[in-house]
Amino acid sequence: MIRNIHRQMKNFHIAIIGGGVIGSAIAWELSKYTLDVVVFEKGSDVASETSKANSGVVHSGINSPPSSLKARFCVEGNKMLQPLADKLGFPLKWIGKYVIAKNEDEIQELLKLKQIGIQNQVPNLEIQDGKEVKKKEPNLSCHQALWVPTAGVLLPYKFTIALAENAIVNNVTFLLETEVMDLQKKDNFLIVTNKGNFQSKLLINAAGLNCRKIVSMLEKPDFNVYPCRGEYLVLDKNYSNLINSMIYPVPPKKLGVLGVHITPTIEGNILLGPSAEFIDELEDKITTREMMRNLISEAKEIVPSIPKEAIIAAYSGIRCKLASPDKGGWADFRIEESKQTPGLINLLGIESPGLTAAPAIAKEIVRMISKNIELKLKDNHKTIKFMQKRFSEMSLKEQSDLIKKDERWGRIVCRCEHITEAEIINALSNPLGARTLSSVKFRARAGMGRCQGGFCTQHIIRVMEKTFGIDIDDIKLKSSESNLFIGRNREVSDDKS
Amino acid sequence: MINLNADVAIIGGGPAGLAAAISARKNKAKHVIILDRNSWLGGILPQCIHDGFGVEETGKSMTGTEYSEMYINNAKKQNITFMKETMVLNLNKDREIIAVNKKGLHRIKAKSIVLAMGCREKTRWNVMIPGDRPSGIYTAGVAQAFINLYNIMVGKNIVILGSGDVGLIMARRLKFEGANVLGVVEILPYASGLPRNVVQCLDDYDIPLFLSHTVTYIKGKERLESVKIAQVDKKMNVVPGTEKELQCDTLLLSLGLIPENELSKRIGIDIDNATGGPIVNQFFETSMPGIFACGNCLQVYDTVDVLSLGAKNAGKHAAKNDLGNVNKISNVYAGKGIHYVIPQRITKPGKVSFSLRVEKPQTASMMRVKADGKEIFKKKLPWVNPANMVEFSFNVTNDILYSEKKLEVALDDS
Repeated sequence: MIRNIHRQMKNFHIAIIGGGVIGSAIAWELSKYTLDVVVFEKGSDVASETSKANSGVVHSGINSPPSSLKARFCVEGNKMLQPLADKLGFPLKWIGKYVIAKNEDEIQELLKLKQIGIQNQVPNLEIQDGKEVKKKEPNLSCHQALWVPTAGVLLPYKFTIALAENAIVNNVTFLLETEVMDLQKKDNFLIVTNKGNFQSKLLINAAGLNCRKIVSMLEKPDFNVYPCRGEYLVLDKNYSNLINSMIYPVPPKKLGVLGVHITPTIEGNILLGPSAEFIDELEDKITTREMMRNLISEAKEIVPSIPKEAIIAAYSGIRCKLASPDKGGWADFRIEESKQTPGLINLLGIESPGLTAAPAIAKEIVRMISKNIELKLKDNHKTIKFMQKRFSEMSLKEQSDLIKKDERWGRIVCRCEHITEAEIINALSNPLGARTLSSVKFRARAGMGRCQGGFCTQHIIRVMEKTFGIDIDDIKLKSSESNLFIGRNREVSDDKS
Repeated sequence: MINLNADVAIIGGGPAGLAAAISARKNKAKHVIILDRNSWLGGILPQCIHDGFGVEETGKSMTGTEYSEMYINNAKKQNITFMKETMVLNLNKDREIIAVNKKGLHRIKAKSIVLAMGCREKTRWNVMIPGDRPSGIYTAGVAQAFINLYNIMVGKNIVILGSGDVGLIMARRLKFEGANVLGVVEILPYASGLPRNVVQCLDDYDIPLFLSHTVTYIKGKERLESVKIAQVDKKMNVVPGTEKELQCDTLLLSLGLIPENELSKRIGIDIDNATGGPIVNQFFETSMPGIFACGNCLQVYDTVDVLSLGAKNAGKHAAKNDLGNVNKISNVYAGKGIHYVIPQRITKPGKVSFSLRVEKPQTASMMRVKADGKEIFKKKLPWVNPANMVEFSFNVTNDILYSEKKLEVALDDS
């Protein structure tokens, strides 16, 4: 299907570079209008970089200076998320957060945060004493804490996937594994990719960490990107009752980050992290022994009862920062049309709270576009709730009814998370055409449990082979070169005989 | 909901579940059900196409596949109900199981339950190996399944971390398939698999074993490109300057096995932190009356022969279901030099069979059992190794049990 579009339509009104949460939110917003829109994503799926590897926190707006774009879009985005979640069907929970003061000195910081919050019109902020906090969080000891009820959590990959897949249903073209190699501007933009050339009237640079690389294809950038890596540890779901809300320290004075915090995810796993480390390479998503140790010890300072053996996975994501560590690491978002290259809309330095801000930023982009192109709403715009309830979350009756309709709902493929074969098939049938093992993981959750794919991998591979006819040599973990296998044994030994 | 009743319901149709089921039938349980999540019986054994199975039990060396066939054929003669591709979602103290398969949801009310869920493999994150997250990293058992069950080859240039038996077996298996096995890396100063496997799988094929070494880094943005290995000192800290990089496309992890007890934990069965399995009495009964445990979910066994023997006992007692109320308990503790002892509880006097693992290899030493400090049993052990389970039995007297004495098993210094 994608190949056909490819051949037929190479001229678009709008081209978006980057299928992260920002690119996907813009694609969804633009899909409401009678426009031809294309998204170029170099990964094998949407949300394949920073958008999948973060805390998944819906921020309230207490951390960004009043009148900054970060504050404005964060607060606006926060309000837009619940209706959007209801519409598109991605999970979102308002669990609230505590910023804790461990001693007398840190109380000043809480008051400052509260003050910023009030200026940003964040409602219902409340300073609580240690005893009161303990009632809600028995494993937490602190002096005082700032309670932020309008902070929440979502699953960042599911959010992005819901946006992208709903955009596709409304005829936005997503081209995966399509990397922009060069750009030229004449009347239109000429976009040179590894999958051929395209043209568009307007170009939206939502390339995240690679935003500078994209700008430099057209003009001399007036900014630098300082990648800042954040590592995380994931705890076993068996420890999900350690905490109920997010627990943050007062933000460290340097680096423009929020510090190592403890985040209960919607899935029940608790996240520890992120660390903050400025790095040289843009996409160096490694985990390090040193940071793993630090994360455990810093998290234990907040909740001492976290057991080390509870860890089932580690990952990292990279923040796209526009300020160097010498300058404190804090800079505002830049969302603007280039002066040198009219028609190029840049989204630069979209780091935290970019996830929360995404829907508000997307609206802003539409406003900017409306100055260049006359926008007309489609009269047949559709929304589809892609994220159905999981088998494991259903009542016994719901489970029984589904199995009666299709026996594949009765075949459990992932033992840790009780994911069925039907859910694997649904994940692999996604409209993006993303078919890697990670695409299944982020949609159906198979492989995210404590055995980390030990049981389900072989069964998912069987489904890929049997139901989808994918050759085993073409099965990838997450990206185009991440093959899982090297063929059949028998063929290997036949070759040698 | 499909309602079923059973005298004995067995969760898991691997070697332990099969042995327990056969034994339960022979001990007059009428209706025995085996529930297994796979589409086959025998658990992990059908993918173990190497030999050495059944030697102690039958005097004949079989492949795992053959050994499991033997049990499956026996079980089929015993009028046992097999429910394959059936996952147990829940169970409770009243011995009600909720299970699902393609026919729908099932509620199974059982007079006794035998837990035989086996174990799972430790992952990269159990030992926290830093670096990239490329493809080409497999646990040894998963790689074994791909190669032996599905005819899929996992890689060309292989490094194996961990010298557990599965890792050693896979080193040889991959060599047979034409792969280049660069070596087996073991953090301990000795191999953690059986000595016979070190000889037959590594030495015979000139595969190097790097003792006191570990993998310190994984590199590769897409497919695995290399791993760094380094020597460790006695405290398991990396010795600076000993790091070297091995170019490889595949890393197999054979880091040990974790007894699979999510169901047991969920209903509050007491777990022994040392074994990772339920605490049991000499009849393999867990802390919940009528729920028994055997096989690798109880403790990770060295050989299937010994595992089957234990499972038969569990099946027998599950069938008899005549243990009554527990009045007196003597707890059994692992003392000096001992990693764990099973059973952890004695609830009736009489001859009791124990199994234990030591903490580290040791030459000739004396094992002593004391009841409230007074020696009641001793056995001379020629040499001991954590890889080899030690078995012994002695009579637990009325006097010991009725005064609920603490039993401690310990090793003398060698």
